[in-house]
Amino acid sequence: VTARHCSTVVPGDFDSATVASWTRVGTVDDVPLLEGRSVEVEGRRIAVFRLPGGWAAIDAACPHRGGPLQDGIVADSCVTCPLHGHRFDLGSGAQQGGGAVVAVHEVHERAGELWLRVA
Amino acid sequence: VVTPDELRRIADVADKYALPMVKITGGQRIDLLGARKEQLPAIWEDLGMPSGYAYSKAVRTVKTCVGTDFCRFGLGDAIDVGIELERAMEGLHTPHKVKSAVTGCPRNCAEAYVKDIGLVAVEGGWEIYVGGAAGSTVRKGDLLATVGTGEEAIRIALAFLQHYRERGEHLERAYGYLERVGIDAVREAVLDPDRQAALIERYRIAKAACDPDPWRERAAPVHPRQFSELDSESELDLVALAHS
Repeated sequence: VTARHCSTVVPGDFDSATVASWTRVGTVDDVPLLEGRSVEVEGRRIAVFRLPGGWAAIDAACPHRGGPLQDGIVADSCVTCPLHGHRFDLGSGAQQGGGAVVAVHEVHERAGELWLRVA
Repeated sequence: VVTPDELRRIADVADKYALPMVKITGGQRIDLLGARKEQLPAIWEDLGMPSGYAYSKAVRTVKTCVGTDFCRFGLGDAIDVGIELERAMEGLHTPHKVKSAVTGCPRNCAEAYVKDIGLVAVEGGWEIYVGGAAGSTVRKGDLLATVGTGEEAIRIALAFLQHYRERGEHLERAYGYLERVGIDAVREAVLDPDRQAALIERYRIAKAACDPDPWRERAAPVHPRQFSELDSESELDLVALAHS
């Protein structure tokens, strides 16, 4: 499999102090509405979700048993892990009905491209 | 039932994609385990056969024994009846998974007594058991009816399946539905000729609308990146690119 290379080219209107930490991870068309796709950034697999109101990104591995959260069903701003049904809020990373938390990352859309910054 | 050619093709695919495990399942499917999502469309393309529905809330493959041709105990043709039952049911979605089996005599090699739907050949006919289970719950199925031919047994099994599809609650296995609704009520609905005909008619409508091979979608994905991540490509697309 040929990995698509994630560029670190600077988007024009980002704050210059933080700009180096943003990574281009794909285009908006790569992720269908209410679905997630994963990408590796700085050695971490991160799940990027397209929501009706914008974008969300969390660590892709479920803290329970490492399930692929990018493949989970998205509803009400939460994703449900496909392996054992643990549910996480995509805004805060907090597990619903439990105490676990997944890391939340920043993701922005600029000119049809997706840029991600690891928290 | 498989042909040597199909087995060879499966073995070739397991080799080609270096799949880490090949396993025969309890439902008599062949598992190819450990494939990556990106490989799946290409693997199904190379296999050229529908998947055995080992996932989703749907009808599973029908387990059978060898039947009459090669077993001295066989009373009924479990192979042909099993294949016919599987063809009749495959692709249908259900409140929870539906496992079934057809066994050629009461020695029960195919474990039909502990399936959601189990057909057992007896002297002079077939018994239809429903609501069996052998997972986290172990339960022998209830005898729904005894009939003379495999054809009648399949018809009753399909009427039962349709009744469960209509009355079972989401994530309620057939045994749960049976205990909630009661075997008498189910028997009445499924064995009454008029109600049975109506159930079969609704089953036919549902069956006509379903596709027994969900992986055909590989050729026309719902979304271009249906089978890939942001930093990977579907191997089927890579093959197509290499040939273009």
